[in-house]
Amino acid sequence: MSVLKSSGSVRRREPLTDAQLLMTISICIFVFMYAAAMLFLGGGFLKTQQLFDLLNDNAALIIISCALTIVMIGGGINISVGGVIGLTVMACALFLNTQGDGGPLSILLTFLLALGIGLLFGIGQGALISYLEIQPFIVTLAGMFLSRGLTTILSVNPVKVAHESFTELVKTKLQIPFLGYTAKNGNLIPAKLEIGAIVAVLIVLLVYLMLRYTRLGRNIYAIGGNQASALTLGINVKRTRFLSYVLSGLLSGLAGFVFLMHKPAGNASVAMRSEMDAIAASIIGGTLLTGGVGNVIGTFFGAMILATIQKIIALSPLNDSWWQEMANGAMLGLFIMLQSVVLSRRGKGRLTLPSWLKFRKE
Amino acid sequence: MQNDVVLTMRGICKQFPGTRALNNVDFTLRKGEIHALMGENGAGKSTLIKVLTGVYEKDGGSIHVDGSEKEAHIRSPQDAQKIGISTVYQEITLCPNLTVAENMFIGRTGDRIVHWKEYEKKTAEILNSLGIPARPRQELSRCSLAVQQMVAIARAVDMQCKVLILDEPTSSLDEKEVEMLFGLMRDLKRRGVGIIFVTHFLEQVYAVSDRITVLRNGELVGEYVVQDLPQVELVAKMMGKDLNDLADLEEVGRKSLSGSEVVYQAQGLSSTESRPFDFMIHQGEVNGFTGLLGSGRSESVRAIFGADRVTGGKVMVHGKPVRISKPYDAMKASIGYLPEDRKRDGIIADLSVRDNIILALQVMKGFFHPMSRSQMEQFADEYIKALQIKTASQDTPIGSLSGGNQQKVILARWLLTHPDFLILDEPTRGIDVGTKLEIQKLVLQLAEEQHMSVTFISSEIEEMLRVCSRLIVMRDRKIVGELTGSDLNQATVMKTIAGGEQ
Ligand SMILES: Nc1ncnc2c1ncn2[C@@H]1O[C@H](COP(=O)(O)OP(=O)(O)OP(=O)(O)O)[C@@H](O)[C@H]1O
Ligand SMILES: [Mg+2]
Repeated sequence: MSVLKSSGSVRRREPLTDAQLLMTISICIFVFMYAAAMLFLGGGFLKTQQLFDLLNDNAALIIISCALTIVMIGGGINISVGGVIGLTVMACALFLNTQGDGGPLSILLTFLLALGIGLLFGIGQGALISYLEIQPFIVTLAGMFLSRGLTTILSVNPVKVAHESFTELVKTKLQIPFLGYTAKNGNLIPAKLEIGAIVAVLIVLLVYLMLRYTRLGRNIYAIGGNQASALTLGINVKRTRFLSYVLSGLLSGLAGFVFLMHKPAGNASVAMRSEMDAIAASIIGGTLLTGGVGNVIGTFFGAMILATIQKIIALSPLNDSWWQEMANGAMLGLFIMLQSVVLSRRGKGRLTLPSWLKFRKE
Repeated sequence: MQNDVVLTMRGICKQFPGTRALNNVDFTLRKGEIHALMGENGAGKSTLIKVLTGVYEKDGGSIHVDGSEKEAHIRSPQDAQKIGISTVYQEITLCPNLTVAENMFIGRTGDRIVHWKEYEKKTAEILNSLGIPARPRQELSRCSLAVQQMVAIARAVDMQCKVLILDEPTSSLDEKEVEMLFGLMRDLKRRGVGIIFVTHFLEQVYAVSDRITVLRNGELVGEYVVQDLPQVELVAKMMGKDLNDLADLEEVGRKSLSGSEVVYQAQGLSSTESRPFDFMIHQGEVNGFTGLLGSGRSESVRAIFGADRVTGGKVMVHGKPVRISKPYDAMKASIGYLPEDRKRDGIIADLSVRDNIILALQVMKGFFHPMSRSQMEQFADEYIKALQIKTASQDTPIGSLSGGNQQKVILARWLLTHPDFLILDEPTRGIDVGTKLEIQKLVLQLAEEQHMSVTFISSEIEEMLRVCSRLIVMRDRKIVGELTGSDLNQATVMKTIAGGEQ
């Protein structure tokens, strides 16, 4: 084993990084699970529509999972994303209902309202966390209570959207005939993809590009990897952390709008506990709670794994919410164990506590 | 003010809880000079540097750049970089989760978009020209400590800077790499860059520096031109007293112990990182592994301690076969090991100095036999004195000690356990001259009086020659020679390391 000589032009393949390895594992598990469902459950799983429905039903989850991946890579956490979805949905529903039968303009205004709410939460929480250096867990816990509280203040009762153009928008779906199937009566039923699903996939790609190719994205990795080092490397740690929370807030607002396009009704318990699913999706996709490692493509598959479990359980005789939770829990436990084993095999030591769970600063 | 001054610091003060790290310190750096900043462990060198680069906020004093009378406001390392100060800090401050290329460029380009291809190409060129054995796309955490240090240096040197600061840059480099670094430094000097250089290796100071500023206990002792300050005087200024202990050490001497009991013996021992080798040590013997960095000397002792995954071989301790596959097994067999990379394997930054010292002893005793508080305090006190550890109190978290003092705490941890067989990998790295001698004396004393067997690794051959009675020489991950008696001299050792004889 002689010392490796680096040579300028040769681009050798590097061994997989931890994030890539964990992501690959989660992709494999998703493919395996889906194949098993096709084999044993058949029926719906044999149609493309099933796959599309996973996207349609979970578009908002995918988006907030991206939001969590961003802050988790930066070594933080954000558990207010679900609450912000709830608040956004309620606020937007109420706003739409005040707009009479307004046209596309009122939809645009609603969209801006959704982003605005998310942005406000992002800016507020980001400022507290990065400039006043309050623990992110505590700040976003407060954010969660605040958003849920505001939601009930806006309306205790469920609010259904009665806005014509918006209802049109909800019904608008991308129809893809060649992926469809032929029904019993001989009609071709095209596969349908909702706008929200398309937005979610676009967001995954955008966040991927942002994390990989922009200065902000790389700085987020750097502060998650080693905050003190990042500072001495000349990175503006506070601003980077602030922006990571602003982005996650913005994405939560967007997720709220996407949610409304899927189910046009506000309700105090909308997206209840979805932040936990988002954290789980990130972890399953290979994001480490300790920060610095993660990949949003993995997160996407993490969310899809959770969605598939949900579907499988819904179709099986065990259709009960607690089976669902147990399956999710088991999956998460399995993954954390797997990560721990994989990382220690590679000589990186144990998984340690993330900084936001420590009481003393280093 | 002269116009060849690039940097002036006046009356700098910095107070930490319980410690006055800097008290009214002045420092002047001129264009095109290499200025050594010297002082014992905890004298305030790193603090002065961190104040200058905006890592710490200063409590008092002013900083001026380019001889200007206007104060320069440096509030963050980013500001420092902007006005042309580029720094290699004592502890490696790169991001382990990023690639080598990214670590070279992150935080210093104005680009909003990362041009991976370009960064990687430039990095490859730099790595190539400096002969650093790393690849641009390699994750930094997969590089050895020496390579990480070289990358940090390469990054700093590659920046267009007026002031280059190097805080103990040579601590994990071997001679060839040090020579190369000196070449780079002289080059930059010719181009008018002012260089601040911190090290505990006196020869290195005299090899490259033009001027020396000495600090002691956070106070300025003085600024001297190198030619006017002989080595002995420099040491006296650093320590505040004369150093004549060197003679004592020679008298302790070394003796051959081939007759006494064999404490540890390994045959064909191999790990995932090292090739099969044989090794044994007698009771009360001090021997050492030597060789260039990467020759496999650290990997060999890691295999002995079970720090890497052991893949084969027979091990006997006190003549009885034992299986050592993890550090805990080794500790059970009364083997201690001070690792080379203390940051990763040793220091628990949140724990107090006392807890860090007690840690290994507690593990050996078992957690169900807790020590009394007063006993712990007594042990800690003893070693804080013996190794001259500068700390505000026993309760201070180790993370807030100076680099060298952290090293001493970890060394104390292993000395305290009184193992039958102690392995010390670079125990004196980053430790000041005075304490270095203390440690060497202590090691010889432990072997002599307590019959402890010690295996010593150091990049300084002189130090090895002073303490070891047998040297095992490694090259390319193989043992290529064993030197004892009259062969223990600089020339023979160098020749064997370089491969003059087989
Ligand atoms: N972050 C900190 N918090 C509290 N005290 C500190 C901190 N950093 C340094 N100190 C204290 O300041 C003093 C000077 O430390 P400094 O690191 O500047 O020493 P040094 O000269 O660089 O020593 P070494 O040669 O060991 O690196 C020490 O007594 C140290 O304990
Ligand atoms: Mg220092």
